[in-house]
Amino acid sequence: MAQYAVLIYTHDSAHAPEATPEDIESCDRHSDELTGSGVMVAAYALTPRDMATSVRENMITDGPFIDSKEVVAGFYVIEAPDLDAALAIAKTNPVVRDGGGVEVRPVHSSYLRPENR
Amino acid sequence: MTDAAAVEAALADAHRREWARVLAATARTARDLDLAEECVQEAYASALRSWATAGIPDNPAAWLTTAARRRAIDVIRRESALRARLPLLVEPEAEPAQEPPSDAEPRGQWREGQRREDAMDPTQAPDDRLRLIFTCCHPALAADAQVALTLRLVCGVATPDIARAFLVAEPTMAARITRAKKKIAVARIPYRVPRPAELPERLRAVLNVVHLLFTAGHTAPSGPSLVRADLVERAMHLTRMLRELMPDETEVRGLHALLLVTDARRATRADARGRLIRLADQDRSRWDLAALAEAEALITGCLRTARPGRYVLQAAIASLYAEAPDYEQTDWPQLVALYDKLLGVWPSPVVALNRAVPLAMVAGPEAALAEVQRLERDGGLAGYQYLPAVKADLLARLGRNADAADAYRQALELTANEAERAFLTDRLAGAAGDPA
Repeated sequence: MAQYAVLIYTHDSAHAPEATPEDIESCDRHSDELTGSGVMVAAYALTPRDMATSVRENMITDGPFIDSKEVVAGFYVIEAPDLDAALAIAKTNPVVRDGGGVEVRPVHSSYLRPENR
Repeated sequence: MTDAAAVEAALADAHRREWARVLAATARTARDLDLAEECVQEAYASALRSWATAGIPDNPAAWLTTAARRRAIDVIRRESALRARLPLLVEPEAEPAQEPPSDAEPRGQWREGQRREDAMDPTQAPDDRLRLIFTCCHPALAADAQVALTLRLVCGVATPDIARAFLVAEPTMAARITRAKKKIAVARIPYRVPRPAELPERLRAVLNVVHLLFTAGHTAPSGPSLVRADLVERAMHLTRMLRELMPDETEVRGLHALLLVTDARRATRADARGRLIRLADQDRSRWDLAALAEAEALITGCLRTARPGRYVLQAAIASLYAEAPDYEQTDWPQLVALYDKLLGVWPSPVVALNRAVPLAMVAGPEAALAEVQRLERDGGLAGYQYLPAVKADLLARLGRNADAADAYRQALELTANEAERAFLTDRLAGAAGDPA
C-alpha cells in the first residue's frame, strides 16, 4: 500500500466561514464515503481564495499564490495499492463532475503532531 | 564453433522479434525497468560469445530470458540492502488463478510456494508483453514519454536512435525516458493488463501511441525526407504484436488495416526528387496491392460489428480512397457518409476538416469552403497547417486566386517538412502567378 495526496482544484472552496451544512453537503458525503471504506488517511478542507495570503521574498500579497481560474480548495491523503487504484478513488470526487478536477501525487513522507493524531 | 555471421544474424533476428518478450519477462523478475533493461542488454551481449561456441539455441528467446533473469536475480541478491529502499515495480497482488505460476522467481510472500522445476523456462511462462505495453502507454505518462518508452522498452530501440527519429537532442530524450521510468516506480503505475472495465480506454492510449509512431514515420514532422521508414516498420511490428496478443479486439484490426492502406501508397507519395505527389496524381499501379487486399479483408470483417470504432472507420475511409481505379471515380458520397459515422465516434475538428474534401466533390467547393471557414472560426485547428492548405485548394477551385495565395502562404508558415513545403510553394506559385 502507498499513500497518495489528492489536491482538489476548483473555482473556489465551498468552505467559507459562513457556509451552511447544505453548502458543503456533497463534500461531506464524499469524505464520509472515503472514511467509511477505510482509504482515508487525513483530510483538510480550506477556506475560500479570499482568505488566502501569499508570501514571496520581498512581498506579501492578498490571494492565492498562482493567479488562476482554479485554486486548491482542499486536500486529503488516501491509501491505495497502486496508481490505478488511487486514480479510481480520486475520480469519484464530486468536483470532477462539477467543472473542477483533482491532482494525485504520491506522498513522500509526512508528520502530524501526536496530539493532532 | 558456429559461423560468426550466422550468430550475428540470429542475434539480430532475436533482437527484432523477441526483445519485448525477453524484457517483459525479465521485468517481472527484476521488478525494476532499469535493471531489467540492463540485464536483457547483457544477455544479448553474452549470447554473441556463447552462441559462437555452443551453437545457436533452438529457442533463442528462452535462452535470452533465462540469461537475463539469472543476471537480475544475481543483482537482487547482491544489492538486496540497496534495493530494499528503492520503489519497485508494482504487480497486482492477487490474480494467480488464471495464470500459470511458472513465471518469475518467487520474490515476496505472494510468490512463495509457487516455485516449480520449470520456473526458469520461459516457454512455459505467460506472455508478459501486454503488461509491458500497457505500462509504457499508461495515461499518467506524457504522450511523448509513452512513445519514447514504447520504442525503448517494447521495440528495443536504442535511446540515441529514438532521439534522432524525433529530432531531439540525445540527453533530452534520455532524460524523458528516465523520468517516465522513475514515475512508473514512484507513483506505482502497476505492471499489469487493465481489467476488462478499463480496457477500452487504456487500449485507446496504446493504439494512439502506435498511430503516433506511424504518423511520425509516415510524415516526418520536419526534416528533408517525407517518410522515416524505420518508424513505420516499428509501428507495423507493434501492430502485428498487438494483433497476436489481442486477436479479438476490432480496433486493433482496424488500426492494422489503416496502417496497411496508408503504407501501401508509400512508393508513390513522393517523386524521385522527394517532392510530394497529390493523391489525385499518384500512380495507382505502383500501390502495394497485397497490403491493400489484406486491409480490405480486415475492414470488411470489422465493419460487420455493431458499432465500428475510430480506427476501423478511418481504415474504411482510406481503403475507399484507394479502391477507385482513379481519383475522379472515387465514391465521394460514400466517403462523406463514412466521415459522418467517424465524427459520431470521434468528434474531432481534424476529421471535420478531412470531410470537407469529399464534401467539395459531392456538394461543390462553395459548400466545403463554408464548412472549412466554420472550423476556422471555431479556433480548434489554430496552427494546424492542413486547414489553410485545404482552404487554399478550395479557393483556387473557385477561381479566387488571390485569396488562395494568401492561404497557401499561411500554410507554408506552419509547415516544417521540406517535401510538404516544396509542394505548397509550387501551389502558391500557381495561384499567385494567375491573379483573379
